[in-house]
Amino acid sequence: MSRIDKTFDKLKQQQRKALIPFITAGDPSRQLTVPLMHGLVAAGADVLELGVPFSDPMADGPTIQRASERALKNGTTLRGVLDMVAEFRKQDTTTPVVLMGYGNPIEAMGWEAFAQRCAEVGVDGALTVDFPPEESHEAFEHLQAHGIAPIFLLAPTTNEARIEQVAKLARGYVYYVSLKGVTGAGNLDLTAIAEKLPQLRKHIKLPIGVGFGIRDAATARAVAKLCDGVVVGSRIVQEVEDSNEQNVVANVGRLVQELRVAIDNEKE
Amino acid sequence: MTYSYPDQQGHFGQFGGIYMAETLIPAVEELRQQYLRFRDDPAFKAEFAYELKHYVGRPSPIYHAKRLSDDLGGAQIYLKREDLNHTGAHKINNAIGQALLAKRMGKKRVIAETGAGMHGVATATVAARFGMECIVYMGAEDIQRQAPNVFRMKLLGATVVPVESGSRTLKDACNEAIRDWVTNVESTFYIFGTAAGPHPYPMMVRDFQCVIGNEAKVQMPEMIGRQPDAVIACVGGGSNAIGLFHPYIEVPDVQIIGVEAGGHGIASGHHAAPLTANSKVGVLHGNKVYLIQDENGQIIETHSISAGLDYPGVGPEHCLLKDIGRAQYVAINDDEALAAFDALCRFEGIIPALESSHALAHAMKIAPIMGKDKVLLVNLSGRGDKDMNTVAKLKGITL
Repeated sequence: MSRIDKTFDKLKQQQRKALIPFITAGDPSRQLTVPLMHGLVAAGADVLELGVPFSDPMADGPTIQRASERALKNGTTLRGVLDMVAEFRKQDTTTPVVLMGYGNPIEAMGWEAFAQRCAEVGVDGALTVDFPPEESHEAFEHLQAHGIAPIFLLAPTTNEARIEQVAKLARGYVYYVSLKGVTGAGNLDLTAIAEKLPQLRKHIKLPIGVGFGIRDAATARAVAKLCDGVVVGSRIVQEVEDSNEQNVVANVGRLVQELRVAIDNEKE
Repeated sequence: MTYSYPDQQGHFGQFGGIYMAETLIPAVEELRQQYLRFRDDPAFKAEFAYELKHYVGRPSPIYHAKRLSDDLGGAQIYLKREDLNHTGAHKINNAIGQALLAKRMGKKRVIAETGAGMHGVATATVAARFGMECIVYMGAEDIQRQAPNVFRMKLLGATVVPVESGSRTLKDACNEAIRDWVTNVESTFYIFGTAAGPHPYPMMVRDFQCVIGNEAKVQMPEMIGRQPDAVIACVGGGSNAIGLFHPYIEVPDVQIIGVEAGGHGIASGHHAAPLTANSKVGVLHGNKVYLIQDENGQIIETHSISAGLDYPGVGPEHCLLKDIGRAQYVAINDDEALAAFDALCRFEGIIPALESSHALAHAMKIAPIMGKDKVLLVNLSGRGDKDMNTVAKLKGITL
């Protein structure tokens, strides 16, 4: 059983929801990414989404765009991010790590080399924002061959036929984008999420994480009630930006702890 | 030889496709269905033809640049005068087509990216013509280079949004327009300016631009009794080029030459010529194409004197035409383009766009080594009024 499946199984037994924070690898520096990852786990993260910076992050809002720019300026590369995961795994062999980004850096490395290295270093899943199922056949053969879960996005605009298609290909969990817009936008609609989820559940038997636009503990709690996992990205990346190298691990840890408490108290 | 691309999923061989975030997939799928529905609809075709004739001023003439040809002493250079279109470039052909489609789809808000500003002006123009709200994304760097076009767009009622991210040029304007679309997907039609992007754009933009080549195929025999020996056009994304080239793909003995922006020279690394520089295949802005990138798959900043060619990718059909050997792609450097710009002004009294000057420069390069009975048809894709500031600055003149 994969680390992702084990994690969600355990959470289900405990009747808890997953907290899935996102950080951009290499932001604020390459040296701080692994300490930040450990800090996130210590603060209560269940799954880590590690952003691979790209020069043209079309689906991201200004906060994650700036993080990508900082990370690239620091010399972060896809191979470098994979090395960071290897370093992280020296201490943490249980927390799932999912790489999230755009397809071109992987295309440049080659899908087979990427999938193989993912398996070596202990990456559990990969989410490529701009590779829909239609264009992903070759990519998935390589990912599946090495046991790396392809993670898919679903959106408010996704119709039933596409949900079915994703249900067949997806492994690990499915990431529902809770709004029409880029990451970090603030117009999340709880009622719309509540209405969409039964349609998703009809086809998708995997856990469903919800993200995009979750900016505070109250929203995280409300969203947690509706799904299996809460993904928080821009708010955490904002905290990284607002911190300095000395206090960033502590500041981000404090924020994630608040989210953890909020989600665990969802029944209140 | 039967040439029939793209396939149903928008692939031109290994190129093209639909590499988009999930939120936009249903939007491009709806666009594909609607386009296929209206493409062959007699009422749509009639309205498009009417607008091209009465609003754009088509057909655009072909002009024999005789004094220039005589001076070069070789092949005869003919110009397809897209610069004489309403708004001064080929961009309006596509903008009209997409606006008519937007109207049928009930979209009241249109967005566009622009580099040199010609597509932005064309979009602002058709938005005014059809009573639509218009937002144009333009790199902050390009806004400086192309101030007159920014003012034109504003006069036409468009909102011009400066894009400060990345290299602050065309590719960043594309990123920002895509972000707008993902946010306003239900109300908004994205009038994409070139024959690239996710399917169906490369096919649809090509189809709308094919009026250029279809006219030329009729006009050339009328003028000289035969087709030209070569058709030549500049290639950024490549919409004016594919519009001229596509109708000639299955015409034997017509050479097809695309001219990319060589910037400071391919060897300098400061260029915008992915085909000529043998760049690797990659994925950007919704399609798989040859792409200027580093070894880690990050997009590299490009350089060209011409904002309209300053783009790291190129349309998927050009990638295919290169691979199958039906078209040849070359690069012209900034200084060569500028020399061609000057020559056309002085010899023919025509001020060409810096983009089109690249195509002309290549024709001027090969004409002298060809016989006087040979004919080169150059797509003069736009006029150069917008480039006054850039050219003056390069000549050290303050306007």
